[in-house]
Amino acid sequence: MVIYGLISGSIITLGAVGLSLTYGILNFANFAHGDIMTLGAFLALICLTLMQALRIPATTFGALSFGLPMVLALMMAMVLTGGVAILIDRILYRRLRKSGRIVLLIASVGVAFGLRNVIQFIWGPLPQYYSAEIQLARKIPLLGIRIKPDQIFIIGLAAFLVGMLHLFLQKTKTGKAMRAASDNIELARVSGINIDRVILYTWIIGAALAAAAGILGGLENKFITPNSGWEMLLPIFAAVILGGIGSPYGAIAGGMIIGLSEEISTAFISTAYKPAVPFVIMVAVLLIKPRGLFGGK
Amino acid sequence: MESIIGVLNYGAFFAITAGIYAILCLGLNIQWGYTGLFNIGIAGFYAVGAYTSALLCGPPPGPLDWRTVGGLGLPFPVGVLGAILMCGIVALFIGFISLRLKEDYLAIATIGIAEVIRLILKNESWLTNSVWGLKHIPPPLHSPIQRGISGFLSANPDASVAVKALISKSYNWFYLGLVLGIVAILYWVSERSIRSPWGRVLRAIREDETVVSAAGKNVFRFKMQSFVLGSMIMGMAGSLYAHYAMFIDANSFEPLYGTFLVWVMLIAGGSGNSKGAILGAFIIWGIWAGTDFMSGYLALSAIRVASLRIITIAILLELVLLLRPSGLLGEEKFVSKMMGKSKRGG
Repeated sequence: MVIYGLISGSIITLGAVGLSLTYGILNFANFAHGDIMTLGAFLALICLTLMQALRIPATTFGALSFGLPMVLALMMAMVLTGGVAILIDRILYRRLRKSGRIVLLIASVGVAFGLRNVIQFIWGPLPQYYSAEIQLARKIPLLGIRIKPDQIFIIGLAAFLVGMLHLFLQKTKTGKAMRAASDNIELARVSGINIDRVILYTWIIGAALAAAAGILGGLENKFITPNSGWEMLLPIFAAVILGGIGSPYGAIAGGMIIGLSEEISTAFISTAYKPAVPFVIMVAVLLIKPRGLFGGK
Repeated sequence: MESIIGVLNYGAFFAITAGIYAILCLGLNIQWGYTGLFNIGIAGFYAVGAYTSALLCGPPPGPLDWRTVGGLGLPFPVGVLGAILMCGIVALFIGFISLRLKEDYLAIATIGIAEVIRLILKNESWLTNSVWGLKHIPPPLHSPIQRGISGFLSANPDASVAVKALISKSYNWFYLGLVLGIVAILYWVSERSIRSPWGRVLRAIREDETVVSAAGKNVFRFKMQSFVLGSMIMGMAGSLYAHYAMFIDANSFEPLYGTFLVWVMLIAGGSGNSKGAILGAFIIWGIWAGTDFMSGYLALSAIRVASLRIITIAILLELVLLLRPSGLLGEEKFVSKMMGKSKRGG
């Protein structure tokens, strides 16, 4: 159960880190974040089909259920999703930035419905599969737990991406500028930080991480549907609020806590109510510590 | 002639649905248009209203039902009042946890409660009959009107087919009158309230909370009143829907799409303007129902057509936000007669 919590926690974390970044820097709650995840998952599906057409050998990596095409598709989809996010920003959000954060929020709800239905229009509502293979859990000799090799990959990749983000935010100039903009965008602007550039990077990173989350979610569940991302939105928001809005590090803790408590809750309540767990945690956070564990904005 | 009657009868059906949406829009207008409260759990309140009313007024559980409670067979007005009360209680809870915080928290909290309500409707079969839904919800004054119809038909056996077609749908016309009457009352109430000192405080909160609290007003209390009132109106809409449809289940409330449509209606019509809320409801419902007609001409599957319709509405929303952010009818700048005069005077 803890293992499953860690896996779903890693996926939620990837989504939450991206959402927290955009929330902090662009200063609005992006309700399309879940559907950006779905978009990433489906773009990966296109890339995968493309690579089959190009006959890239699909020999699987060791014990994993997928091979080179899936990894390439993952990277391509992350880049493409970042591109789409920038495109949406250029067409829509940029023009609305002066109208205030709530107008942006409404616009993002429209984007969410638009994206999801474009995906549903193309692929239909039925589940789509990355591969038809079924993988059996193996026992890790030392720890004595059963886990599928794919799941190790999911946790590993999520940790790797979050680690990269950490290095980016701490070590690079753009990363530092992003943190400054998240703390106080006006102060950042007058200190000569190029805000447009910061916004551009925020969208690319946020959307790419969302895409990764969507794809890893697809790998774990074995299928993706046009609603996959939307169903993740509530846990992701709960994670962001729990960790404190605008704090990527808080989002990591929040994501893990939400993922674990969702799984552990199944020991006490019916699985049918698993999706309500993030909401209950969120209510508790709002009542007790509304700024989140790590004191966000 | 028959085709005209057919169109008329469809018109009544169309206007009843649009009228129910108009009620939802008026509720949202008080929350968002007046006070700036962002509620995206509209479908949740709508469903709570519908289920409360159905359980209060519907028949007791039958042998094939899963549910073990409800079905008190109470009269329609009790159902409406129950729906209003129940939504008020849910709104109090949501307001209590999120209205002290920034506006986005309310948005997230309302989406959360809508999700929880959806889960309850689906899973608590002892109460909601789960996917089998609640059947035979009694429409108000149905039998006397039906008796009147059959009385008329047997008294005038030689009436033309067209008259018969029209008369036989009298119930729809009655219900349309009921819905439009409620829309009119709510319109009057919300126009009166925005012109009152209370309404002015709400608008001031929307513009700048800090100033309002500096002026000594209890911002939280006013926000709560606005949120609860708006949610109660949404519950009323749910009750009206249940008694018209006579059957509800967890799928009747295309949860997100319902909420989304109401938002587009209000924004397109003009937030903060009650006339705009009603106008938006009728226009957007017209577009929505119209695209349903057109779908017959597209060689696409039903699901694709549904997606296409939502994409259309989503694009429409973004266009309104980009090109005409105040909607068709913007908000009236001066709602107080005194203000209008002083401006003319000065």
